[in-house]
Amino acid sequence: MLAIEVKNLYKNYYSTKSGNFAGIGRPDLTEDTNPNSPLGVGGISFQVNRGEIFGIIGPDGAGKTTLFRILTTLILANSGTASVDGYDVVKDYKEIRKRVGYMPGRFSLYQDLTVEENLNFFATVFNTTIEENYELVKDIYQQIEPFKKRRAGKLSGGMKQKLALSCALIHKPSVLFLDEPTTGVDPVSRKEFWGMLKKLKDQGITILVSTPYMDEASLCDRIALIQNGQFLKIDTPKNIISQYKNKLWAVQSDTMYKLLTDLRANESTKNCFAFGDKHHVSIDNEDITMENLKEIIEKLGHKNVSVREIEPTIEDCFMQLSQG
Amino acid sequence: MDNKIQQSTNIVITAENLTKRFGHFTAVDNISFEVKRGEIFGFLGANGAGKTTAMRMLCGLSIPTSGNGIVAGYDIENQTELVKKSIGYMSQKFSLYDDLKVWENIELFGGIYGMKDKEIKEKTDELMKVLNFENERDKRVGSLPLGFKQKLAFSVSIFHNPQVVFLDEPTGGVDPITRRQFWELIYDASSKGITVFVTTHYMDEAEYCNRVSIMVDGRIEALDSPKNLKNQFNATSMDEVFQQLARKSTRKAD
Repeated sequence: MLAIEVKNLYKNYYSTKSGNFAGIGRPDLTEDTNPNSPLGVGGISFQVNRGEIFGIIGPDGAGKTTLFRILTTLILANSGTASVDGYDVVKDYKEIRKRVGYMPGRFSLYQDLTVEENLNFFATVFNTTIEENYELVKDIYQQIEPFKKRRAGKLSGGMKQKLALSCALIHKPSVLFLDEPTTGVDPVSRKEFWGMLKKLKDQGITILVSTPYMDEASLCDRIALIQNGQFLKIDTPKNIISQYKNKLWAVQSDTMYKLLTDLRANESTKNCFAFGDKHHVSIDNEDITMENLKEIIEKLGHKNVSVREIEPTIEDCFMQLSQG
Repeated sequence: MDNKIQQSTNIVITAENLTKRFGHFTAVDNISFEVKRGEIFGFLGANGAGKTTAMRMLCGLSIPTSGNGIVAGYDIENQTELVKKSIGYMSQKFSLYDDLKVWENIELFGGIYGMKDKEIKEKTDELMKVLNFENERDKRVGSLPLGFKQKLAFSVSIFHNPQVVFLDEPTGGVDPITRRQFWELIYDASSKGITVFVTTHYMDEAEYCNRVSIMVDGRIEALDSPKNLKNQFNATSMDEVFQQLARKSTRKAD
């Protein structure tokens, strides 16, 4: 049985302020006024296998939270179907609520309760006790246990995140929904957090996690790249990278800002973006070699030029896919 | 009170033993550094390292417990209002008013900073052209995509031509292409002599800065160009440098 199955899911809330589309799916296909055309073709579909870490990766406003809210039975889709653990999100919503853990993007624990009281509260709501599932949360909860008498509102960001994860896990869910758990978190704490997810996966928990950080893609078994309510691609990170079209070269010189303009002006360049201390150039011309490009750049007055072939990152792939 | 403090002509920010304590907790612990005119200065650190507290002091929003700071020629302890007039500020969270139109936001912020109506109007026309926003001019900011908003927010933060602009995680959650366009705006501002003081959690963005400081537990543990830092820590990327330094943290708070 699949952990999550989504078929043609479509949700549109026209923003009252702007009248613009917000949600998931394609309104141009779904909200066809022609009565003869099938409704719902513009929705999104995907499946998550049991025990998988599945990443939904994309910028703010792409539809990540909408998808999470439908799957956790908090809002209804306009059309399409979705099931979690084999249960329908509409018909069997009560069953789903018992089985899933959900950590929303915004900190949503009780600020006035202590660390311990929060965890106890969530355990009680789900008819269990901290003791019963302590094994599952032990690794995470132990890091905040020294502060168990502290009110949740007084915790640091990193500790809040660990408490929220403990509370989402305390009833031993079979599927865990984490909506942007690492947003605004520094790179060191982000690494730690992904380490925790890996351990949960080893205990058989299925994890659907969203993030705007493209570098976290490689830590997922499979990912869906999302933008404007639509999936650009669903696959393993490795396969997405291997499907990158064009050659990709990393170029450096002593004058990086000028180099960006010069590379973009080059006729073999499909596109060029800054990537840390290098520029990534995708080359649309089979005949040009790295040596050729180096010469061209040096002729424009650049010193210490280096051109290297590189493997694309997920961010390179996202940019290529989002530009069509 | 309007007397400018003698600051070397090419230095825009000076921090000297700057310290902030909250009770027994030392959030910012004796930090000293200088930022040059037109420099892009990356201010990095783990959550809770003290970045926000330090930045609030430099913006004149929080008075240091001890130490001195001069920003754009004004003392951050005694001339806070003059500091505020001379700087721009933008963060991921607060930037513009969603319910106001694009031009209304510009007019509001221009007015707050004491710009003349005529100047606001001329610069608005110019800005709309540069950003290619002419069709959005009469739209409410709330209706714009996030990437659009952040580019506009940055342009508004430097609209009154401040000497320094403070950017607090300006690109969080923005899509990869817009994130890079945003940095091109930063380069442009810096080339016009505006000093850019920026915090970010994207380590590739640290590479775009002229110099980077890394805070650990309230102190500045490293400060140099990305290239020198990578050499110093024998690392191939700023991410590695950051991971090495931030792991030394013993502070549990955020």
